[in-house]
Amino acid sequence: MTVETHLPDAQRHWLRLALANRSFLTGLIITALIAAMALISFVWTPYDVTNLVVADRMKGLSAQHWFGTDHFGRDIFSMIMVGSRNSIAVAFVAVGIGMGIGVPLGCWAAARGGLVDEALMRFNDLVFAFPALLSAVMITAIFGPGAVNAIIAIGIFNVPVFARVARAGALALWPREYILAARAAGKGKALITVEHILPNIASMLLVQGTIQFALGILAEAGLSYLGLGAQPPMPSWGRMLFDAQTRMMVAPHLAIFPGLAIVITVLGLNLLGDGLRDVLDPRLRRER
Amino acid sequence: MAAFILKRLAIGLATLVLASIVVFSVMEILPGDPALLMLGMNATDEALAVLRNQMGLNDPVHLRYLAWVAGMLVGDFGNSYTYSTPVIELIGERAVVSLPLATISLALSTLIAIPVGMFAAARRGRIADTSVMGVTQLGVAIPNFWFALLLIYVFAVWLRLVPAGGFPGWGGGVWPGIRSLFLPAVALALPQAAILARVTRSAMLEVLGEDYIRTARAKGMPRRIVLWRHALRNAMIPVLTIMGLQFAFLLAGTIIIENVFYLPGLGRLVFQAITQRDLIVVEGVVMLLVASVVIVNLAVDLTYALVDPRLRSRA
Repeated sequence: MTVETHLPDAQRHWLRLALANRSFLTGLIITALIAAMALISFVWTPYDVTNLVVADRMKGLSAQHWFGTDHFGRDIFSMIMVGSRNSIAVAFVAVGIGMGIGVPLGCWAAARGGLVDEALMRFNDLVFAFPALLSAVMITAIFGPGAVNAIIAIGIFNVPVFARVARAGALALWPREYILAARAAGKGKALITVEHILPNIASMLLVQGTIQFALGILAEAGLSYLGLGAQPPMPSWGRMLFDAQTRMMVAPHLAIFPGLAIVITVLGLNLLGDGLRDVLDPRLRRER
Repeated sequence: MAAFILKRLAIGLATLVLASIVVFSVMEILPGDPALLMLGMNATDEALAVLRNQMGLNDPVHLRYLAWVAGMLVGDFGNSYTYSTPVIELIGERAVVSLPLATISLALSTLIAIPVGMFAAARRGRIADTSVMGVTQLGVAIPNFWFALLLIYVFAVWLRLVPAGGFPGWGGGVWPGIRSLFLPAVALALPQAAILARVTRSAMLEVLGEDYIRTARAKGMPRRIVLWRHALRNAMIPVLTIMGLQFAFLLAGTIIIENVFYLPGLGRLVFQAITQRDLIVVEGVVMLLVASVVIVNLAVDLTYALVDPRLRSRA
């Protein structure tokens, strides 16, 4: 691949729009910082999170422990760094599952129509009728608590979301002239979907992916809070909040920082998603 | 109109049937013998066999499924393995906590979100709009159980205005009950309200650009009346759709929130039943929750027809 010194006009235009969009920029910076924090935690954390120092338990904020320590004397800041890995991994794979299954399903339904389409929509109705968290609790309780089952539980509920978005996007494209031209040229529906439909709904899927990522982080935190997510000693933000609840009277900082970590991460992703939508969809941009 | 209603009814019914099959199959493949659970580990093989027969556990799968569904239709959800009481009674005891909780938080969220969304839309692009939308962005990002912890810290631990958890029951009057449901309801309502306010704002913006709004303003109709009478009514469809979908989130939210506040509601019941493998309780409560989601969404669909006369004349 050659390195281009001049970006094509369309790309440069896109970049300028993106960087001028405040939501996108803020979201990108926050998301990048959180991702960096997770990556750094693999090679360095201020303290070892498996190291219990009972003498230092429930210390307040200090120069040694920026966010204080928990009831086992572990450094909260280090735990939040390591916990970010878990949140990101669970949400990311859950989005992957949702996209990997949902997008082909949605595209298939849009291309085929008729019975296939109807069946998919009824499947969607079915999944939407189960309150997502309830089923996630059921799935993790049945197959045992743990990060992997949390991923599966959250992933299942991403499938109809992506199927719906992909189907709606694809349905709007099928009557277009360039698709008709491709069909007239003798291309099959599968090929048209790959060559023409997917590239044109990619931006919608990207925006939805960002939103589902944020929802995944929230769902993972909820499951971990109930004790159904990542198991100790692996730190997770939700679990830290559960541990904090009974000790809040004496040490409110235990509850503040893991919660803030969740809020900032979700906020960053949501801003990124909103910004992306504004930049990628000119029709919506005009509305603002 | 009749065709529209019939189609929605059929879809709702089909969803319920499919859901019951899913719930039944999931419970079926789970390990664990209800008879063993009821009699304990020391039960004799003979006693187990008798009980299994009595409970109909030896019948073919499809017969057990039909018996289960038929029972539910007449209000017989079976007996809990761990509590040894009819599931329907357990549900009744817990529903008097969860239903008021869900109702209060839905009311709170609607009463806050719709005016806030309209306010922001009416001042689009100005500082008021930007700051309100910033706050809702934050509201969407806050996990409700963390918000609940903060509420407990401020209002229960610090200010001592309300209890930090637990539920006194309705026996001692309405006020103590409402008092202990207030924080949980606020915690549940916050993210819902934030989402609903954003949806209301964008739906209003869409409508406010229409010609008939300009006409109404041009003929001298006061701004407030145009907003409430013409714009809101037309913006209601997306708002109602989201409210219907949020009802499911609200029900699911009670699982976490009731655990945070130690409320003896349906969410806590189903959570405990799952961990105790009290499958018949899980089946009953899950079906009840799914049914209420289906019914609420059906009601939302039918409300479209009331809000939008165009749907009424179609079909």
